[in-house]
Amino acid sequence: MAIALAVFSGFGVALAAPVLSRRLNNAAGWVLALLPAALTLYFVSLLPLAAAEQPAAFSSSWAPELGLFLSFRADGLGLLFALLISGIGTLVIVYASGYLKGNPNIGRFYAWLLTFMAAMLGVALADNALLLFVFWELTSLSSFILIGFEHERESARAAALQALLVTGAGGLALLAGLLLLGLAGGTLELSTLLGQGDTLRASPYYVPALILILLGAFTKSAQFPFHFWLPNAMEAPTPVSAYLHSATMVKAGIYLLARLSPALGGTNLWMYAVGGIGASTMLAGGYLALTQTDLKRLLAYSTVSALGMLTLLIGLGSQLALKAAVVLLLAHGLYKGALFLVAGALDHETGTRDIRQLGGLFPKMRLTALAAGLAALSMAGLPPLFGFISKELTYEAALEYGPWLTAAVVAAGLSFVFVAGIVGIGPFWGRKTETPRSPHEAPPSMWLGALTLAGLSLLIGLFPATVSGLLVSPAFSAAVGQTTSVELALWHGVNPAFILSVITVLAGGGLYVVRGPLRSGLSRLAWSRGPAFLYERSLDGLNALARGQTRILQNGYLRHYLFSILLATTGLAGFTLLTKGGLYWPSAVTDVRFYELALGVLILGAAFAATISWSRLGAVAALGAAGYGVALIYLLFGAPDLAMTQFMIESLTVILFVLAFYHLPHFAQLTPRRSRLRDLLVALLAGGLMTSLVLSAVGVQLFPSISDYFVENALPLAHGRNIVNVILVDFRGIDTLGEITVLGIAATGVFALLKLRMSRRKTGDEK
Amino acid sequence: MNSLIMKTTARFLMPFLLLFSVFLFVRGHNEPGGGFTGGLVAAAAFALYSIAFGSREARRVLRVEPRHLIGVGLLAALSSGVVALINGQVFLTGLWGYIRLPGLGRVETGTPALFDLGVYLVVMGVTLAFIFNLEEAE
Repeated sequence: MAIALAVFSGFGVALAAPVLSRRLNNAAGWVLALLPAALTLYFVSLLPLAAAEQPAAFSSSWAPELGLFLSFRADGLGLLFALLISGIGTLVIVYASGYLKGNPNIGRFYAWLLTFMAAMLGVALADNALLLFVFWELTSLSSFILIGFEHERESARAAALQALLVTGAGGLALLAGLLLLGLAGGTLELSTLLGQGDTLRASPYYVPALILILLGAFTKSAQFPFHFWLPNAMEAPTPVSAYLHSATMVKAGIYLLARLSPALGGTNLWMYAVGGIGASTMLAGGYLALTQTDLKRLLAYSTVSALGMLTLLIGLGSQLALKAAVVLLLAHGLYKGALFLVAGALDHETGTRDIRQLGGLFPKMRLTALAAGLAALSMAGLPPLFGFISKELTYEAALEYGPWLTAAVVAAGLSFVFVAGIVGIGPFWGRKTETPRSPHEAPPSMWLGALTLAGLSLLIGLFPATVSGLLVSPAFSAAVGQTTSVELALWHGVNPAFILSVITVLAGGGLYVVRGPLRSGLSRLAWSRGPAFLYERSLDGLNALARGQTRILQNGYLRHYLFSILLATTGLAGFTLLTKGGLYWPSAVTDVRFYELALGVLILGAAFAATISWSRLGAVAALGAAGYGVALIYLLFGAPDLAMTQFMIESLTVILFVLAFYHLPHFAQLTPRRSRLRDLLVALLAGGLMTSLVLSAVGVQLFPSISDYFVENALPLAHGRNIVNVILVDFRGIDTLGEITVLGIAATGVFALLKLRMSRRKTGDEK
Repeated sequence: MNSLIMKTTARFLMPFLLLFSVFLFVRGHNEPGGGFTGGLVAAAAFALYSIAFGSREARRVLRVEPRHLIGVGLLAALSSGVVALINGQVFLTGLWGYIRLPGLGRVETGTPALFDLGVYLVVMGVTLAFIFNLEEAE
């Protein structure tokens, strides 16, 4: 229970965030950060349980018919992610309070950041595949809104849409893959599925399921060729880049791969698909990072490279490789998160993110420089920082697979050293440069996060035993699928991995020294028609298709809409009715009371009057009379509820009509005789279909009527005597929920349309 | 519209209509009525007022934005389903209990009532959003 509450608490606090932020102003960030801080402590308290292979778990049914359960499980891998999410979340929320100080929409920002946090915790801790998918989509959605936070900018909107389309399409593939996995394994509970690796790998569903799941994971984790959305996502405010697009959300794909590797891994397909894509991503990202001049895009490409390295390690799948992956995951989260926060602080204090304009800032921003330096050392893989341990392990794992793979990993390592130098050293040392704003130290809220994360990199590097037993071992065991313990040590002696490390640092440092000529040389080779080009082409094609079919189907003439709807319905339903032999005609009409007949005549007369009326008001009044007549029929045949609703609807419709008339031009007879005849024909066809449908529905009974069930069970099961209401709010509650949601959406649409018209009028833009 | 008859009628009818709408809502589970009809009657009351005095005045009397009614209503309906979920049952399972009200004794009530309240608010909010916005469109 507590674990479900921990996941959902973020959604609750998100609702309160805007109000809190208005009340507390600048203190709001510190107060809101208490939630992720408390969650961090809670997750730490769960670590011993996970280490003892007794993970905390909770399960409740949501829609058991679909195999959907609200089940959570906090094993080592889940907790490692959960701690990254809540821990970095705490720092990022505090950071945002400084970074977005004075922004009028900061309350909304907190709300979506917390929503994201809750969704991401759900991804990490869900034990049901469908539940995981739901949270997965929620993270895509919150990422969309956060990237487009400064929605007045065209580029931010385009980047947000791009990220949503790429990850959303992957999400759909993932859903299909997870369902296939469920078919193969007979359950959607991940903890059960993971024990059935042999069954799953032998299943005919294995290959399609794996490919679909990989598509989901690769799009989310910005793997080549889907990597292009991540650098563009840097349009988001920096706290978002640090949190979603470096430390947590982009690792959701990695998480999924690590989570499923005991069940799906170990085959050649896995190794070549996951390892191959990972290696390409690692190299492409590392190369593209060399050419960037914008701090955040530089970090983004280097994140792509690191994500590729993680994917590669999981693809390799050896014990050593998985151990390296788990350690790199933690180390990367710490140093890259810190570097992003530093980049944001630099941008905030100097007004530029261009690395050619930044230099010599150490005397002005000592604390930020300290954080940047530590994080950069960790990223470059220098002892005694945690990044060193991670790099040694990665090299050791790569060495098992021969010289080619080792060379690729070392190449990526060179790029890491280069990026670390540019972000951690370049802006703070060397010649002092002119910046748009005169720089000074960032406020505490903005250096606290970077310094904490960088400090942790140092502490864990010095005392790796603090995390190896409780955090790394359980996570590693979950990724391997068997209980294993991990010993981490800073010093491994002089071995091949260490020698490679030394070479990497020296060569990377060399690249950094010649960075100017290198960049201009490489950018001449730049790659203009990458996968992003393909994305734009297909988006253009999709838009053209949409425009074309809109021109035909949604041409703005109400009569054409009615025309196509009525004709299609009449055609399809009429066809079925005729071919399935459902036509029924009562042989004799008996027992008609006088007042029923009178009512019928009244309704028909009113309907006829509506068609020939020469004034709009007259037509509406006539329609209203017909509607009241129908309501009276309901009343006579014992359906007071329906009658009452019909009366209300008729009255309100007349009011709405009258209000709408006000905006219409004067009534005129413009349609030629031919089209009026055509309309008459369509009307007769549609009316004829409805009549025969109603008669058939009365005359032919295909299934036993369900109304008996409702009559019998309304009182005992649903505690109500009004069957109509019981059906609405209880028996068919989920339908009603859907319907009121649609109503709400329709109201939003009307609201938007009318406001749009008004604002156009105001700007004199009306066509 | 500036009509004395209309204004007087609206002022007199409004409380009765609102009372009637609450009456419909409360008895809805056992007698004809319910959230849908109740919400429509409540919307009609404000629509009448809006025709007589203008939408600005009607909005002032309503005090809340119609679209907030929609949001709160959807939230109420949704949370009535979540109660069952927390209780370990399937989403939207109706849960019933008794509460003691002064003067009425033991009254049976449950999550479907909250759901119906949500329907009431959404229907009222949607109808009024239509009417007010159409009235205000120039």
